[in-house]
Parts: sequence; structure tokens; C-alpha cells
Amino acid sequence: MMGFSGARVMAVLVKEFKQLARDRLTYAMMLAIPVVQLVLFGYAINAEPRHLPTALLVQEDSRYARSMVAALENSRFFDLTHQARSPAELDRLIRSGEVQFAITIPGDFSRRVARGDKPQILVEADATDPSATGGAVAALAALPSQALVHDLTGAMAARAGAPAPFEVVVHRRYNPEAVTSYNIVPGLLGIILSMTLVMLTALSVTRETERGTMETLLATPLEPFEVMTGKLAPYVGVGLVQTIVVLLLARFLFGVPMEGGWIGLILGLSLFIVGSLALGFLISTAARSQLQAMQMSFFYILPSMLLSGFMFPFRGMPVWAQWLGEIIPVTHFLRVVRGSLLKGQGLIDQWPSLAALTAFVLVVTALAMIRYRRTLD
Amino acid sequence: MSLAVDVTGLNKSFGDKHVVQDLTIQLEQGRICGFLGPNGSGKTTTLRMLCGLLTPDSGSGTALGFDILKQADQIKRRTGYMTQRFSLYEDLTIAENLEFAARVHELDRRRERVDVALTRLGLEARRGQLAGTLSGGWKQRLALAAATLHEPKLLLLDEPTAGVDPKARRAFWDEIHALAAEGLTVMVSTHYMDEAERCHEIAYISYGRLMARGTAQQVIDGSGLITFRAEGPDADRLARELSGKPGVETAAAFGTALHVSGTDRAALEAAVKPYRREPWRWREVEPTLEDVFIHLMGASQDNFQ
Ligand SMILES: Nc1ncnc2c1ncn2[C@@H]1O[C@H](COP(=O)(O)OP(=O)(O)O)[C@@H](O)[C@H]1O
Ligand SMILES: [Mg+2]
Repeated sequence: MMGFSGARVMAVLVKEFKQLARDRLTYAMMLAIPVVQLVLFGYAINAEPRHLPTALLVQEDSRYARSMVAALENSRFFDLTHQARSPAELDRLIRSGEVQFAITIPGDFSRRVARGDKPQILVEADATDPSATGGAVAALAALPSQALVHDLTGAMAARAGAPAPFEVVVHRRYNPEAVTSYNIVPGLLGIILSMTLVMLTALSVTRETERGTMETLLATPLEPFEVMTGKLAPYVGVGLVQTIVVLLLARFLFGVPMEGGWIGLILGLSLFIVGSLALGFLISTAARSQLQAMQMSFFYILPSMLLSGFMFPFRGMPVWAQWLGEIIPVTHFLRVVRGSLLKGQGLIDQWPSLAALTAFVLVVTALAMIRYRRTLD
Repeated sequence: MSLAVDVTGLNKSFGDKHVVQDLTIQLEQGRICGFLGPNGSGKTTTLRMLCGLLTPDSGSGTALGFDILKQADQIKRRTGYMTQRFSLYEDLTIAENLEFAARVHELDRRRERVDVALTRLGLEARRGQLAGTLSGGWKQRLALAAATLHEPKLLLLDEPTAGVDPKARRAFWDEIHALAAEGLTVMVSTHYMDEAERCHEIAYISYGRLMARGTAQQVIDGSGLITFRAEGPDADRLARELSGKPGVETAAAFGTALHVSGTDRAALEAAVKPYRREPWRWREVEPTLEDVFIHLMGASQDNFQ
């Protein structure tokens, strides 16, 4: 006969329930995760990003040009944050990622409108992340027929109803065919590294505590920084292997362009890998069991996926979410990776992100060292 | 003789639980001190304070001449500590565990030392076996080898033979005595009476307080305990009837015999009197260590409440 006892089942059930009820992390997981998810999915994700930073190069100061600018702002897709003075400056702004769009109104714009020979307005879009630019590019289509409606009076009024007085030429840079995988695949590198490295180190240290080997370790002359370095070093190798695999797949499976920016990429990678490992170590100083370490890692990884610009265009998020995103290391790592691979950025363009990653490494390492206990107190 | 351990007034609390109270203990170099006491009495906590794994709330002292509060790193270099549970890496091999210990202590001639340790253990043939697959006795001997690889001056062993069979226990103790003969000072916690008797001296701790100290004989003599032993048919069955009677602190069966102990001779005599008849034969004996420990345990309980 099979042994099955309802009483035994109840005994286990009651015990498990009590243990769960006593663990504060259970409540955190139970409440925080749904709340975080709802807030993120409900509010943060804005399928159609508006108010995208835009740089304008006006080579002619005329009534038409001013109307154009007003029309652009009215569309609410564009925020004219920068006035470029030269094509070079305009180029730098879009390459560094400070603006999403760079618009050039040519010098002979009014004259050519008046002549009726359809001048062109050049709109360069940073299409690294195609979903960020899609809505805005669509809005541009309506521009020619409406922007100058009020200006074309008198003799020019005849033109108002006629075919549009000028053309908008959209030039998608960095990812001309708007291939989503170009954006996703480099982004995935950041997510994969975070997931594995943070979790692996958090687990590897917590496992020592759980199995009792930590006590032996503490009774030896080992210093905290020695333990940390020794524990993390092997995982640097893990991170590098993952990076190589992802980059190879990106190149040969997805055909992701690799424009250059290798120095920035290597710097960013090193900082990000070390920082992620140190973060795992920091988590392990707080977690009392492997399960807790997993849960805490998850708390870090979830916002990293949602708020870093990996899943959703960074500029599509409300301002508060962007501020949160700026604190997340993955955000800065993604900027470096995409900047290097898709745009061929140089160090001049990447230094803000590299500085942020450096700060991440320093802060997390310092915290881990402060928190690491040399005793069992 | 120099003191390997010399601590005064150690206190340690966890939350509002006062786990070690005003503990003062001295231990001469080269001695084996058995550390006894019921579960939860603070043995592990004390050993941890001695090797710098826990910081005492108050108190002071030295281990191997180094301040236990300020020079933990020096103490750690010269101390071998075997934790209560097996805490080597089960997923490393026997040799790898020893190599790890050698590396951590920055030993020279690593390979040679590991080989010597393996030979001494009789484990050369199984050097590649995972430590997790060893039996309890072998695990403890491996842990001892790892804890002594760096030739420490002080060895702290926390219940090293719990759950180990008698033969392996004997082998283990032979090794401890051999190490002590070389000048190593050993502090070993245990629950086994026979092991207590194999120690040069004993420290008995209960509810965080040191209750008795000295050689086994000194501890017995100092207890002030009087013990009567009854022999005869079913003498052991009297235990239940006698325990709880006024004057009887402990009544315990030893095989087919009975030991009744108390500190008040008159009261004890009175309690035993109704049973001083055939078929039982009574005589006064020297209390065993176990009688004394059970007595001390009761005494400290009264103290505690
Ligand atoms: N880290 C700790 N936190 C809280 N309580 C502890 C801790 N370590 C030990 N204790 C408590 O201190 C008491 C003494 O423990 P311990 O020194 O392990 O006793 P022993 O080794 O004699 O069995 C026990 O009641 C135990 O529950
Ligand atoms: Mg213990």
C-alpha cells in the first residue's frame, strides 16, 4: 500500500506556511513585484515616444523657417533642445546621442518656396532604436502640407491648396533599414551579463555561508578584498566568453554592424563586468540563503530590463522613469555597446557613460567591502 | 609554563540572550583541554571568540600571546579551527581541500606538505575522491589534517567526533595526543565522557558560565557530590522511584546498577533508606564525571532562573 497521510501533509504545510509568513522578503516579493510590474508596464512604457530632443541647423532666418520650427514643436514629437551653428556640430550632437533628430533648414529655403521649386528639409534620425523614431518620422509626413498654411498669403495663397510647397527628406542614420535586432542584440549583451554575473557571484558567496564553509574561510588569514577578488576573478572569464559568443552571434547570425569604437567598448565591458560581479558580491553580504540571493538579484535585473532602454525606447519613458534609468548601470552599458557597434562612437561621445560605469564599480566595491563581515557577529 | 589561552571576563550576547557570561579561562601550552557542557551552553561561541570569529561584547585576553580583540589576524595565522559541522568543500577532492588550506596559509613546499598529510591520513590512494563522498570519520580526519597543515600552535576543535564510530574516534584522539606531544595546545569541545577523561584537563560550561575547571579528578573532588550505588536485581528500575525525592539530585541507571547522587548527605541517606534492603546491595562510590556534569547542569539551571 502506498503511504499517504493527510496529517503528515498538513504538518508540512503548516510548517512551510509559518516559515513563509516569518520571512519579510516574502512580503517584499509578494507585493513589490506586482506593484513594480504594474507601474512599469502600465505607465513607463510609452509606445510612441514624444518630446524627443532635436537639434536644428537653420541656415536662413526667415518667416518660413520660424513657422517650420513652430510646426515641429506643435507636433509634440520634437523638443528643440539644441541650435547647431554648423553641420559639424549638428553631426556631433546626433552621433553622441544627445539628440535623436538633427534637422537642417537650407539657406535658400524661402526663396525656393517662393519660386515653387520644392526645397528639401533634411531630417536625420538616430534610428539605433527604430521604435523610438517611428512615430516622429510618421508625423513628419504631415509637415509639408501644413507648416506654412498661414504664411502663404496673397500671391502665394494659390500655392496653399496645391501640392506641398516643400519636401521633408528623412535620413535614418546608424540603422537605415530600421532593423530591430540591430538594437536588441547588443542590448541583450547587457542583460545576459547582468543576469548571469550578478546571480552567479551572489550565489557562490551565499553558498559558502549556507554550507558552513564561510566559517572556515573566516578563520583563515584571508582578507575581505582577497576573498572578493579570488571569488570574482573566474567570473570575469565567464563574462568575457559570454561577450564573445554574443558578439559573434550578433555579427554572423543577425548581421549587426560593427562600426568601431573598440576602445570604448572594451573599457565599458571591463567596467560593467567587474561592477556586476561586485554587485553580486554585495548582494551576498546581505542574503542569508541562496534563495534570498536569487530573489535580490531578480530585484536588480527586472528594472534593468525594463528601464535601461533594452525593452522600450529610453526616451519613450516618462521623465521619472528616465531618472531611475540613469541610475541603472545597464543603461550606460547599453549606450556604450550600441554607440560602439552601431554608431562607431569615440571616447569623446562615450565618456559620460564610461564615467557612470566607473562610478558604479567604485561605489559597489566600496559598499561590498564595508558590508563584508570578517567575523560571524 | 607560558599560557596559550588567557582570557578574562568574556561576555557575548545575541539579542537579549546572554550566551557567554564572565568567562575566565587559562590554558597552558601543550595541554589538551576538554570543553564540556550541554547543547547551547556557549561552547562554540567561546571557541569562536578565541580565534577572532566573534567579537566579545566585553572582556579581554590573549591567545598565543596576541590580543584577541586587536590581533585576530595574528591569531588566525597560528591557530587551527575545526568547525562543528564539516566545513570543507564537499565538491572539491581530498587533495584539493588540503591544497586550498595550504594556499590560504601561504605555505611553502605545498605539494610536499599535502603529500605528507595524505600519507599520514592514509588517503594517498583516494586523493582524487570528492570530500563529500567520505564517511563521517574520514571527513573529520581530513578536516583535522586541513586545520593543522599550517602547523598551528593552538588547535580549537568543536565537537570533532560527534557521530563518529568508536574506532575512528580512537584514531582521531591518538592524533590529537600526538599533536599535543609536539607542543600544540588543544581545546576540544565534546559530549563524550570517555573523551573528557582523555583530556589533560576539563572546563565545564553551562548556560554560558564556567562551572568547573581542572583535571577530571579535581572536578569530581570539587563537586561536593555524594553518590550511592545500588546493585542487585532490577536495581536500575529504582531510578524512576528515587528521582525527585528530596535530597536526590540525580538517579541514573548505569547498566544494571543505579547511581543516586546529591550534595546533602543526610537527605540522600534518608531518601535511600527505604530501599536499603534485600535484594539490593548499596555502597558509597566516587561519583563519575557524568554524575558531576548532570549535577552541575541542574545547579546552573537553578542559578539561571
Ligand atoms: N549567531 C548567533 N545568533 C544568535 N544566537 C546564537 C548565535 N550563535 C549561537 N547562538 C545561541 O547562543 C547559544 C549558545 O550557542 P553555542 O555557543 O553554539 O552553544 P554550544 O556550542 O555549547 O552548543 C545558543 O542558545 C544559540 O542558539
Ligand atoms: Mg556548539
